[in-house]
Amino acid sequence: MCRLFSMTSEEPQSPIVAINALDVMREGHDGSGVGLFLSDLGGTFEELKGAPILSGIFTNEGMKRLDQFMMNLGFMTKHKISIKTPKTPPPLTPKRDSYLIRAYEYPQSWEGLTQAEIELRLMQTRVQLRRMGEEHEDMIVYSFWPDVIMIKEIGDPLKVAEYLGLDHEELRARVILAQGRQNTNYAINLYACHPFFVQGIASMTNGENTAFVPIREFLQSRGFPGYMGYQSDSEVFTHIAHYTVNRLGLGIESYKHIITPLQDEDLMSHPDGEFLKQLKHTCRRLIIDGPNCVMGRLPDNSIFLVQDRKKLRPAVAGGKKGIFVFSSEMCGLDVAIPDRDKSKDFQPMHLDTVIIPSDRSEVRICSQMDPLALLH
Amino acid sequence: MFANGSISPSSLSVKDLLWQVQWSKEKCTLCGRCTAVCPVQAIELGVHRKRAVQIPSLANIGPATTSSNVYSVYHGIRQKTDPAYACVGCAMCNLVCPNGAIIPQKSDEIDKQRYHINRGGQPRTRGGRRNAPDVLNQGTLDRIKFTRISMLTDPALDAGRHEFELRTLLGRILPPEENLKLYREQGWIPPVREIYPLIIGSMSFGALSPNMWEGLQMGVAYLNEELGMPVRMCTGEGGCPPRLLRSRFLKYTILQIASGYFGWDEIIHALPEMKEDPCAIEIKYGQGAKPGDGGLLMWYKVNKLIAAIRGVPPGVSLPSPPTHQTKYSIEEAVAKMIQSMYMAWGFRVPVYPKISGTSTALAVLNNLTRNAYAAGLSICGEDGGTGAAYSVSMDNMGHPIASNIRDCYLNLVRLGKQNEIPIFAGGGAGKNGKLAANAAALIMLGASGVQTGKYLMQAAAGCVGSESDRCNICNIGQCPKGITSQDPRLYRRLDPEKVAERLVDVFLSFDVELRKIVAPLGRSTSLPIGMSDALAIDDYNSAQRLNINYVV
Repeated sequence: MCRLFSMTSEEPQSPIVAINALDVMREGHDGSGVGLFLSDLGGTFEELKGAPILSGIFTNEGMKRLDQFMMNLGFMTKHKISIKTPKTPPPLTPKRDSYLIRAYEYPQSWEGLTQAEIELRLMQTRVQLRRMGEEHEDMIVYSFWPDVIMIKEIGDPLKVAEYLGLDHEELRARVILAQGRQNTNYAINLYACHPFFVQGIASMTNGENTAFVPIREFLQSRGFPGYMGYQSDSEVFTHIAHYTVNRLGLGIESYKHIITPLQDEDLMSHPDGEFLKQLKHTCRRLIIDGPNCVMGRLPDNSIFLVQDRKKLRPAVAGGKKGIFVFSSEMCGLDVAIPDRDKSKDFQPMHLDTVIIPSDRSEVRICSQMDPLALLH
Repeated sequence: MFANGSISPSSLSVKDLLWQVQWSKEKCTLCGRCTAVCPVQAIELGVHRKRAVQIPSLANIGPATTSSNVYSVYHGIRQKTDPAYACVGCAMCNLVCPNGAIIPQKSDEIDKQRYHINRGGQPRTRGGRRNAPDVLNQGTLDRIKFTRISMLTDPALDAGRHEFELRTLLGRILPPEENLKLYREQGWIPPVREIYPLIIGSMSFGALSPNMWEGLQMGVAYLNEELGMPVRMCTGEGGCPPRLLRSRFLKYTILQIASGYFGWDEIIHALPEMKEDPCAIEIKYGQGAKPGDGGLLMWYKVNKLIAAIRGVPPGVSLPSPPTHQTKYSIEEAVAKMIQSMYMAWGFRVPVYPKISGTSTALAVLNNLTRNAYAAGLSICGEDGGTGAAYSVSMDNMGHPIASNIRDCYLNLVRLGKQNEIPIFAGGGAGKNGKLAANAAALIMLGASGVQTGKYLMQAAAGCVGSESDRCNICNIGQCPKGITSQDPRLYRRLDPEKVAERLVDVFLSFDVELRKIVAPLGRSTSLPIGMSDALAIDDYNSAQRLNINYVV
């Protein structure tokens, strides 16, 4: 099991809030790793909203290759955070040369490109860096995207956070996703560590996706270079969300209709049954199976939470005006927002998608039985 | 042999036959039921002369004493040794004998009759199966294990308690982007049927007796309407009874068209009166039991009813040509035939081809991926059964189903079309009685569904055939159980109601077994098509060939 924590707040927060929440839920995870996703950033990065930020881990050799590569593309460093670590890492955590969080200025040659083209190139650059890094084992790249920082490391979340100094004043974000535990189903590998990211969409999962192989095959055959990696069976959840939103042009309310479609008798009485039946048929290979709780973030900084069809994983949503949290366990929510109205806490069941829009005005609950928003 | 007998090359002794009838004089009541029931007249009343030597006591021997031989006659059973009447091992004699006095036994050595069943230059034809017994558990499908068991990392599912949706799709599925675009623009989206993944394979009305067909249809209707299982049955090439064509039950039926077009006159004429569309149209280009050879309904079985439904004169043999005579290329003619069939039902009914397992299956599949109308591909492996075929076709032609399906599926994955053209596998599932395990293995290798025929004949109607050349006389209309006979005296032995009951039993138990397989794998919300990470086999070469795990 692993534990998930997502937060969206009007005031930028330190990732330590999320780390503390993971720590109180430690009975539910084995403390073998931590993954953080930060967006809607505060501090200096807020002023650099459009500039893509590269997050990853590099060896000294890798840094040299990175600089050369980025220079060749015409990227100029605009701003960076220096993470200074003590000499001895905590138990299980390997000693690294550099944890990189660096914002770049776009190359001049990219001026005038459409937003779609820029997004494609950013993704391709990240994938290329990742491939280069895998070749020489000198770079690990998590994300390369405006207003997004990702940090992942092996080891106990609290100890890693202290070691990396994550209470750094420049590390403040309004949207935070945090996951505690390394992947255990496959080999230990930082690319298997949640959250996963592709083109502004991030997600993390508590569970096991038993339909992983056919879904992976389907995604890999879509001809989209960003559908790669798959060191973890949970990575497909991120890519399915991306496919739903970016490729099919559907809202996130449709996500659950793709991964856990309604059964036929429910479809027959559904106001959008005809459409949903088409969706179920045509996206059949994206149906997930097994126990899963998925939390994610969309490019507009809204966050969402869905459960598998049998609701075999815990999660609760709660908060107060201006700050909302999804947490695997109630105790995580309690430590993050102790003074909320607990009667409004919501535990999503097998039909629910919980969405907290970017204005943080409400906890929006969509049941699969509800009519869909009008299709455009 | 009688004194005036002669020996010809085909003179055989009982020992030379494949099946030898053991008869006990002790137990026999001479009721004659066995000779009456024997479908091939292999046994007849035998009048046996017997000599007893009765030596008088010495005191009684004198000049007048005559021979001490006493001749008597007793009656019993004699087995014919003419290969034309060779026992087929069906054991109906044993079934009807009140005392269990008679039973056929298989020869302890390779028979000699096989060298003589070609009188008049006609090679042997038979019905049934390939007669290739896989020693228990040695068939590839039987050896595939399901090795991924969810336990501590995640809770396993409960086959009895959790919700399952074990359905498959039959029909051309468009890529999601294209499908949603057409939906928004109200364009034509190919028809897709959501059906149960175990389909009753193509056994024609004609190959099967009316009672068998009726029983299957009743069972299918019950499964659909009372139990909510969308089970479908393919007609095979023999048309469809007119009343069924005009009933609501047509929607549970897949109509087959093949090279003889038998029955299609009736079907076309019924079109305006159809209340429902059929489930799908299957165009048969080949079948696993006799690849490269056409269907064959021998004259014995073409009675008035069959002739009327098929639109032919009675009492003539009905060989379908091995190929569709109007077809010369898959690119043009096959595409046209698929489209014509779509047109007949207003583009509301999926149309897909069926081929026999072959090393050229990939070429067919690749072509179908470029045909926007092809609704699927059915592949029938070498272990497929038949009502009638040349032995040589049945024994030696064809391709095993497992690697054929796997190659095709992986090819679709490479093309990114694995969700678009469903592949259906037939020929070999349940060969050794493990229908659910074999079907699950085929599905996880990449099949969208499995077609079965022989298994249902055995389980739902008590077919006595086995993989050891037992019975196999489906072709001559003498089926001792009335399954493949058109003679009312034979098929009245089969109660359609009971066939329907057994069919329902089979499907329900299959469903439970399938759930018992997929639940521990952690699958329940969709059929695990292509979930090869759950499969393993204890043979290294098979594992390599099928691209699945190798375990010992």
